[in-house]
Parts: sequence; C-alpha cells; structure tokens
Amino acid sequence: MTDIGSTPAELPGKAHGRSGSLLTESPMMKSRNAAEFRFRAYGLTAIVVALLTLAITLFTIVRDGTPAFFQAKLTYQVFIDAAVVDKNGTADPVEMAKVTTIGYARLLSNSLLAYLDEKGVAVEGMTDKEITDMISKDAPARLRDRVLADPSLVGQTITVKALVGGRIDGYLKGRVTRESSANDSNVTPRQLDMADRMVEAGILRSGFNWRFLTAPDASDLRPEAAGLGIALMGTLYMMMLVLIFTLPIAVAASIYLEEFAPKNWFTDLIEVNISNLAAVPSIVYGILGLAAFINFAGLPSSAPIVGALVLTLMTLPTIIIATRSAIRAVPPSIRDAALGVGASKMQTVFHHVLPLAAPGILTGTILGLASALGETGPLLLIGMVAFVTNYPASPLDGGFMDPATALPVQVYSWASRSDPAFIERSSGAIIVLLIFLVCMNIVAILLRRRFERRW
Amino acid sequence: MNVGILSIIVLALALCGFVVGRNRALQSVKGDARKLHSLPVYHGQTVALFVTVPAVLMMAVWLVAQPMVIEARIVGQLGDAVAADPVASKLAMEDVSRIADGLDALQAATGLSDDEIGDMRSDLSDIRGRLAEVGVALGSEVRPEIFSMAKSLRGMQQTGATMMTALVLMLAVGGLALGILRIEGDFRARNVAESFFMWLLVAAAGVAILTTIGIVLSLFSETMRFFSVHPASDFFFGLTWNPQFRGGSDLGIIPLLWGTLYITFVAMIVAAPIGIFAAIYTAEYASPRVRSVVKPLIEVIAGIPTVVFGLFALVTVGPFLRDYFAVPFGLGTSGSSVLTAGLVIGILNIPFVSSLTDDIINAVPQSLRDGSYGLGATKSETIKKVILPAALPGIVGAVLLATSRAIGETMIVTMGAGAAAKLDLNPFEAMTTITVKIVSQLTGDLAFDSPETLVAFALGSSLFVITLGLNVFALWIVRKYREQYE
Repeated sequence: MTDIGSTPAELPGKAHGRSGSLLTESPMMKSRNAAEFRFRAYGLTAIVVALLTLAITLFTIVRDGTPAFFQAKLTYQVFIDAAVVDKNGTADPVEMAKVTTIGYARLLSNSLLAYLDEKGVAVEGMTDKEITDMISKDAPARLRDRVLADPSLVGQTITVKALVGGRIDGYLKGRVTRESSANDSNVTPRQLDMADRMVEAGILRSGFNWRFLTAPDASDLRPEAAGLGIALMGTLYMMMLVLIFTLPIAVAASIYLEEFAPKNWFTDLIEVNISNLAAVPSIVYGILGLAAFINFAGLPSSAPIVGALVLTLMTLPTIIIATRSAIRAVPPSIRDAALGVGASKMQTVFHHVLPLAAPGILTGTILGLASALGETGPLLLIGMVAFVTNYPASPLDGGFMDPATALPVQVYSWASRSDPAFIERSSGAIIVLLIFLVCMNIVAILLRRRFERRW
Repeated sequence: MNVGILSIIVLALALCGFVVGRNRALQSVKGDARKLHSLPVYHGQTVALFVTVPAVLMMAVWLVAQPMVIEARIVGQLGDAVAADPVASKLAMEDVSRIADGLDALQAATGLSDDEIGDMRSDLSDIRGRLAEVGVALGSEVRPEIFSMAKSLRGMQQTGATMMTALVLMLAVGGLALGILRIEGDFRARNVAESFFMWLLVAAAGVAILTTIGIVLSLFSETMRFFSVHPASDFFFGLTWNPQFRGGSDLGIIPLLWGTLYITFVAMIVAAPIGIFAAIYTAEYASPRVRSVVKPLIEVIAGIPTVVFGLFALVTVGPFLRDYFAVPFGLGTSGSSVLTAGLVIGILNIPFVSSLTDDIINAVPQSLRDGSYGLGATKSETIKKVILPAALPGIVGAVLLATSRAIGETMIVTMGAGAAAKLDLNPFEAMTTITVKIVSQLTGDLAFDSPETLVAFALGSSLFVITLGLNVFALWIVRKYREQYE
C-alpha cells in the first residue's frame, strides 16, 4: 500500500510542487490562494455594493425629505377690516362668504406693509408688490376660513401665522440661492434680502409643519401649502378594506387547500393559479380593476374601495402562501390528538390548528399589507392620481366611495411636477411611507419573536 | 327601507334564531345535552344560517338584477329607434337617472310628497332651475318624455325596493321558522353547519380562479375590441409608436418591446452578478453572525416600495449619469435614460436574485462540499466546480424570475426611463417600455372606444403573456434539471 509515493519527491514531473516545506507557498498554491482571495473579494464587493446603494437611496431620501416637515411662517398682526370683509355689517357667515380671497389678500398685504413700517424693516428699492408677493397664495384662503368660522373676529386685530411663498421657504432651507433667484421669475434677490431682515426681526420663523400631514394637496403654484391629509386617509381606508377582504378569504382558502382539499384537478387548478398569480405584474391588476370594477361594475374611479379591491386581489396570493405555510407548520400530532378524542375535522381545524397558526398568519398578513401599502402602478390606472382637495367622508357615510388619493401615488404625482419644492414634498411623503412600513415590519418581527414555536 | 337597515334586521333575526335554536334543542331533550346528536351551539348556528343565507343571497341577486331590469324596461319605453342604438339608449338612460336622482334630492330638500312630484310637468315648470337649486346640474332643458321616464324610473325603483324588502324579510322569517321547527334531539345540526362552512372554504379558494378568469377576460376581450378597430399586424410588427388624438395613430409594439428588453437587459447585468455573488458570500463565507445581519439588510431593499426607487432614479441617478457620463462624452442630454432605469431596477432585483440563490445553494448537500474539500480543493474551487454546477438550474430559474419582474416593473421606468418610443442602441437615450405606455394611455381623459386607449389592453395582454411565459419556463427549468439528492 505504501509503495507509491511514500516520499513525494519520488513522483516524476511533479517535483516542483512538492519540494520544500508546507509552510512556504509553492507558486501553484500561490495562484490558487490568490484566486480564492479574489473570489471572496467579489462576494464581499457585491454585498458592499448592494448595501451601499441601499444606504445612498435612504440617505438622499431623508436628506431631501426632512425639510418638508418644516415650514417658514410670517407671524404678524392683521386688522380684520369690516369695510372689506363685511360691508353690510351683518356678521352673517353666509353673507360674508361673498367676499372672495382677493379681499383677504388685501388685508394681509396692507397689514404686512404697515407692520414692516412699524418695525422699521425695509430693503432699498423694494416695491410693495415684491413684499406682498412673499406671502403664500394659500394664506388668504386660510384667513378667510378662520374669519368665516368666527365672525366675531371682524373689526379686531388678530395675530396671523401666514405661510410664505415656496421660494422664500426654499431660501431659508437652502434650496433657493441668490444665484438661482437671478434666473427665476418667481423670486427676486431683494425678496431674499427682505427674508433675511424678517428673520432678524423675528417676523419670519420656521417651525414644525403639521399641515404637511393633515392638509389636502395644493395646486402647482402653492407647493408650500400641499399636504398629505387626503392621501393618508385614502391609504388608511384602503388598508382597512384590504385587511377586511383578504384575511377571511386567505384563511378560508388556505384551510381548504391544506386541510380538506382532495387531490383532484380542481385543487391542482387552484394551486397553479395561486403560484402564477403571485408572479403577475402589478400593473396587470390595475388593468383588471379598470375593466372589471370601474367599466363593468360601474364603481366610481379614484375611490378607495376600488383601490382596495385591486390591492386585495394582488396581495391574496402572497398572503395565502404565507398562511398555508403557517398552517403546515402545526404538527400533525395536534390534529391526531383532537381527532382521537372525537372532534370532527372542522372542529379540529377551527379549535386547534387555527389558533396555533394564528401568529404566523398574522405575520404573513402584516407583511402582505406592507407590500400593498407601497403599491403605486395599479392605483394610477384606477384614477387615484386625480387632484383631490375634499376629504373623503367617514366610512359610515359612504367615504369608501369618495375620491381620494394614496400615499405612494401622492409621491408619484408630486415627483412629476416641475417645481423643485414638490420634490422635497415627495421625499417627505416617502419618509412618512417608510415610517409606516418600518412600524408594520417591527410589529411583524415582534409577533414572530413572541409567539414563534418550535415543535 | 334601505339595504343597511334591512341587513341589520336580518342579522338581528339570525341572532334571535341562534339563541332560540340553542334553547329549543336543549328543551327538546329536557335539558339532558347527552341525548342530542349535536351540541346545542350547532343547533343555534343552523337556525342562524337558515335565516341569513337565503335572505342575503336574495338581496344580493336583487340588488344586481334590479337596475338591469329597470334599465331594459325604460329603454324599451323610449321607442325602438332609441333602443336599437346602444349609444343613444345609454345617453338617454344617463339623463333619466340623473333627473331621478335630482327629484330625490328635491324631495329631500323641500319635503314634497310623492303625489306632488308626480304632478310636476316639465313643460309647465322650470325643472332645470329647481334641480339646480338642490345641486343637480342638467346639461339641457328637460324633454317631457325623458321627465316622465324619470318619474316612472322612480316609481319602479320604489316598487322594486319594497318588493325586495318584503321578499327578504319573508325569506328570513320563513328560514327562522323552518330552522326552529326542524330541531329535535336526533337532528344532525353539526353536519349541516359544517357542510355549509365547507362550501364557504371552497368558495374562498375559488377566488384565485375567479381572479385569473377576470384578468384573462378583461385583458383579452378588450384586446379583441382593439384588434377590431386597429390592424393586428400593425400592432405586432409596426416599427413606430405615435398615438394621435385625431386618429390615424401608429401603434407598433416593437419600439416599446425594444425599450423594455433593453432596460431589462441592463437591469439583469446589474442584478445577476451582484445578487449571485452576494448569495455565494452569505451562504458559503459569512459567519453566522454576519449572515444574520447582512441577509435581512439586503432583503430590506425588496421591502422598499418601487415608487421610492423611482424617485431615486429621477432625482439622483438620472442627473448623476447625465452630468458625469452622458454630457462629458457627448452621448446625450437626457436625465431619464435606459441606463438610469436599468441600474435602478437592477438594484431593486438584487435581493430577489440573492435570496433565491441563497436558498438554492443551501439546498446543495454538505456531503458534496466535504467530498470536494477532501480532494484538496479550496473553498472557491469547491464553489465554482461543485456547488454552482449543482445549483445552476435553480440559479437560472431565479434569474429568469427576476427578469420577469424587471419586465413588469412600472414605477421606476415611468419615472426614470422617459416617454419617447425609440429604436436606439445608445443607453444614455430616453426610451420607453410597455408598462410606461399602459400607464400613459390609461390615465387622463379616457374614451373607451378609441384605439389609443384600447391599445393599452393589448399591451397589457402582451405583458401578461410574456411574464407568464417566462415564469412557467423558469419553473420548468428548475423542475427539469433539478438534481435529486438522497
């Protein structure tokens, strides 16, 4: 047995590889080890690249989006002149509603000019119009709403927090610079100087912008007033409905397929269908929603219920797959024991298997909902990209049928507008979306940690 | 009585039935539950099901059928000329129902009685003005025959609602009585209730089939309509995509298909190597601790909504490629380009490729590795010569599945690839894809009979067929070439 190669040096032809100590690398080993090192480096590089792109994506979104949560406001005294807003002195909101926002804009402008005079804040060569243009086009409408809600304000001097225009706000956030303002018809360098003076005088201040989360969308001219209110409501409605629709159907379908289904062509057909539906591009579900729910069934477009139906069909396969694996994870001994003491098949499933599978089902459902939350393409097709400024009614008053938008769709529609201020809003909306997603995933992980059982 | 109140009544009856049924079952055996075939709860459930199921089914059928029947009768009364023309009858029907809604609103606002509404005449009073006051705007003056139709529509709706209420309540009460009367000690209530729940389970499982049927029907019926107004040969072989509002559009799929495949190609060049190498590293080299951190982190990418990556492409990647590559080399001036969209879709698909590949590599038995190490192979040699060949069908399958996802990706291309349909090789040029055009043809003002809108359904069908084909092919490859171990 030992006559062949008892000493390596005796092997002809291969001598160079075997001579010397094992501790010194032969040239061949050297190249093999180098190859090993390179291969390992490729793998490491791939991981670094993947994680780096993730980090860059999140970093740019957070960097661009954080300013959306802050907004500069002018704080000053406004005299609500009865001669402008309530000529007849009726103090009747219906009568006063005939005064449009133009009248209130004049009030705001005049008071601002007077207030600046009083404080001695001025910029050389600046016209009154340049100053009053700094006030957002949204401010008069909000002052009007405030006065109409409380007619006793007429004739008083009240403190108003008026939004400034998007460009001035952008200047304070560093998005608009003096160089860019020179080529911009919407802002002049003098207005930027004025903004600096106002900040010094304490008139112009930046604060947390709650209205970003509550206000409806605003038109192209008023990026500073645009908010996520309707999109958040629409998304909330849709998620509620998706949960109500998917959970019972997914659980029932999974129970049937795992516990009862005989092996026949019908079951096979369902199995093939579910696995293929999970791979259908989401945009196809949008086409289905448009053709089936809007054109055929006559449901209103842009309505949360249609969006929810589309998202339900889309997420059902995923949730069914998760639910089935949760049910499969319950060991057969549980079923055998229940059947052994005389429970019926149905009782076994509903009294024993389902409660044990519940944490897994819930985790799968939350993750399915999270993926539905970020879905955009199909919602575009069913008209949820529309410009909606009225809040949908409460669910009991048929709010599921009212037009609304959704969070990811709002991201898209803001991103496609030209003003860079909307890119900031869009990134801000993504931050809100990501916060929701992170919360849902944490809940899913906690559920799994808390209730996971190894049998 | 509206549907909500009716449903509540039916549910209340069901609850009563449950309680009564349970007690009656116990009474029938004089409180000795051992003599019952089924537990009292099942008797209660059976009665409740007897109350709800027929009543709810009847309500659903009625709610679907009533508008159809009424519409047919109204259109029939409008005369044969209108009834024969689908467009005219649809318009007339819309007018009629709008006026009827207006009359409802008028009645709610002013408190007119039904008789007073019945006496209103469109040629004598200003219906349009009165309806405008309650917030129902009409396009033109109200024609007398349309107005009388609206009144008869209201009449029919009211009669229909009354009849439905009566029928549903009769069914519910009848079910209640029948259910209670059937109760006796030997009644197999559990079997009845369970077989009903069984049918519910089957129906839920059938939703998957219904969805597929829905997709296929909605896609292909509209596609057929498209081919009836636009030649199929132009769609499949046309080299230009140029929709016109006034008709006479060129609607060739080839430029869109080219854009789609080009972008997908770029995406897979990014995703496949990075994904596979990342999977190899996490599966073979990484320590369990590193693996438990890195693997979830990579999968985070898959959890981020695509619209986020779309914005990333639009705001960051696009301008970066334009300013540092396209413009200095004179290759183009567009921020949105094939490369932008391809790179970002590639990033999005990394976790998809890597997690599938990781699973497959882990499925290769340890004995193969041990055998290779025993022969003196290094780790990378083992991976290259033993593990990858064994895992190859699975990896090919994973890459094909990722390809199918890249083809169907919508938001990133909508925001990052551009809208110009071009047949070009320059990756810095904006091109467009099938999904982008589906979105752009189906958003905005729609006329559902023009080829410019219907083409979106044909595009959708093509997309569906391509992605489904790729998926089936991928699964077939995995199954056919899978090594059977043990």
